[in-house]
Amino acid sequence: MTEIEVVPTGTQPAQPGHIVADFMPDLIKTGTHQLCAGCGEPIAMRTLLEAVSEVGYRSNAVAIFGIGCYTVFSGGIDVEVVQALHGRAPSVATGIKRVRPQTLVLTVQGDGDMANEGLQEVLHTAARGESVTCVMLNNGVFGETGGHMTATTVIGQRTKNTLDGRDAAQHGYPISVANMIAPLPGVAYVARCAVNNAVAIDRARRSFKRALQLQSEGAGFTFLEILTMCPTGWFVDTNQGPSYLDETIAKTHIPGVLKDGPD
Amino acid sequence: MTASESNPPSAPRTRGSVVVDVDACKGCELCVEACPPGVLRMTSTARNNQGYLYPELLPGCIACGLCAKVCPDFVFQVWRFDTPVTELELVSSADAQ
Amino acid sequence: MEGSEAFAAAAIAAGCRFYAGYPMTPATELLESMAKLLPQHGGVCVNAESELEAVGMTWGAAAAGARAATGSTGQGLSLMQESIAEMCHARLPVVIFNMARGQGDYYQATRGGSHGDNRLISLAPSSLPEAVSLVRLAFELAEEWRNPVLVLGDYYLAHMSEAVTIGSQKPLAEIPRRDWAVDGSTSGSGHAKLISPVFDAKNYDPAFRGYGWKLESMADHLTAMETSIEPMAEEYGTQDAELVVVAYSTPARYLTYVIRQLRAEGLPIGIIRPITLWPFPAAAVSRAAEHARGLAVYELNAGQMIDDVRLAVLGRSPVFAIGGPSYDGDGFGIAPDLNTDVLATRLRDALNKVRKL
Repeated sequence: MTEIEVVPTGTQPAQPGHIVADFMPDLIKTGTHQLCAGCGEPIAMRTLLEAVSEVGYRSNAVAIFGIGCYTVFSGGIDVEVVQALHGRAPSVATGIKRVRPQTLVLTVQGDGDMANEGLQEVLHTAARGESVTCVMLNNGVFGETGGHMTATTVIGQRTKNTLDGRDAAQHGYPISVANMIAPLPGVAYVARCAVNNAVAIDRARRSFKRALQLQSEGAGFTFLEILTMCPTGWFVDTNQGPSYLDETIAKTHIPGVLKDGPD
Repeated sequence: MTASESNPPSAPRTRGSVVVDVDACKGCELCVEACPPGVLRMTSTARNNQGYLYPELLPGCIACGLCAKVCPDFVFQVWRFDTPVTELELVSSADAQ
Repeated sequence: MEGSEAFAAAAIAAGCRFYAGYPMTPATELLESMAKLLPQHGGVCVNAESELEAVGMTWGAAAAGARAATGSTGQGLSLMQESIAEMCHARLPVVIFNMARGQGDYYQATRGGSHGDNRLISLAPSSLPEAVSLVRLAFELAEEWRNPVLVLGDYYLAHMSEAVTIGSQKPLAEIPRRDWAVDGSTSGSGHAKLISPVFDAKNYDPAFRGYGWKLESMADHLTAMETSIEPMAEEYGTQDAELVVVAYSTPARYLTYVIRQLRAEGLPIGIIRPITLWPFPAAAVSRAAEHARGLAVYELNAGQMIDDVRLAVLGRSPVFAIGGPSYDGDGFGIAPDLNTDVLATRLRDALNKVRKL
């Protein structure tokens, strides 16, 4: 008997069977991207789009993109997209939802986009109870411009402009956006999730589906913060991204459901 | 009885397989970490056309789909076999391919 | 009807069903009127948390296919400039109201106030009946050119009362269908729509071109608008004038009144009043100057439109300023200089000046 080490994986297996996980969800048309190895954002995008399909909105959804690394997906997904400016997706989402209340409206933004440039936008959109779902992909850096500190960078985190680690005396304290939004009136759902392991990814998808369901019921503002890996911004190896997220980022930005259901 | 005696190689342990889009991989190794039976490993020298090492599959895949789930580059397509197979059956099918 | 309400009613008659604004003198009453009237016509008015969000909401509403507008005064529009520029690049039809304080916003209105190669089609009414028709025209032009259009009002227009006829509401059937607008329905079809200031198409679409192409294409778009939109101006007394006054909006109205009186005394003064500030009626200004000794530009600012007048005549005629910023103590745009005696003196002096040239 020849002991085989490696199973051929270049083509469909010879044994009869079926596909349980395809390369890409059908709402992603362009899967190749120039994002870094080990980046959590494509994982988050896949999760979001699978959820949109699963709740039945694949032919009734508009996504408003902010500006960051994830913006590359705005042109590669089979979802209607309105490209907004840095931080300004929630107001654009509001305008769309007010004139198209039956359409599922979601924003895709990073932490630099939402928590720095656009904090006012998301807070007011939440307080007004606009029935849109805002998503913040949080990796604690401005990735697209090279990895600089944002409002969510945690104390001790090294970034391009906090190379010795964020120090409260010099750089101030991080803002936990989900925690700011949860107490506001008009808010129906707030959760913080992560994509650094399969269980977390599944929780993220379930949370997002819950948010979308509440939006479809007109329950008010829904919000999902997704912690994503950024090994480049964090100065770690790609296979250390998931543990760095657990040990550093998630200690300040604590995953969990902060609000479920309108008041 | 040792584990290898209770799980002889002729027992059907492989429940599925994957198709790997080799050139899409950026060598991040998140799949290796995520695979519960630990049947993914990075190539030792072979590199794809982007210059990265990429994952190869050993016998024992359970078709859980976690590799596809955690991959940032959409490298995997996961198949579940109608019936689990033994390594011998994997061998003969590999020779046939 | 009071001015602001007339502007709002005219917009609604033109099909406007979305307005987002922020209170700022003298644009506040426009927001109030929209808040009152829009819901009565099935529309939406949102009091945004700042001007930045107001223009963002209008961006979204227009992207979703509604006739949408926003507004403020000049300072508020300054806050909106990045978004206005990018809406030009995204080819969105919106109407922007500037209820200005004085006339210091001419550059902002005509030089595309922001970064990049973009321009607003700019309309400047001088009376409420004219404002009503220009507001309706604004929505048509925005739609036709897929470009934001600015309606430049001021404190006077916002607060004066005149009799106006708003006209019947535009039937929905006449409002053109927007094939490019989003409502979610093409998602999942393989041809999901994209509205973006950066790209015209998804990256898997054969029509996809990079951002550089988009920026270059703005030049062609501007040329198309400049050459195809008929500039508008109104003239009085220019056929035999030795002095031609150039002024727009409320000051032009005052000046026309004074010029009528001076012409009755035999003074050969005329006035040309640009109505489209962009595209500027350069040919009309140039023609009006042909037989005159000189052009006197009256504007309530330190000299902005005078650039366009100089460009229109290219040295063939002397051009000089007879206006200047003029504000009451509050600075909201009530000009002490808008006084018939003050203006008459200025005009007599200007005529004497050109006669000596």
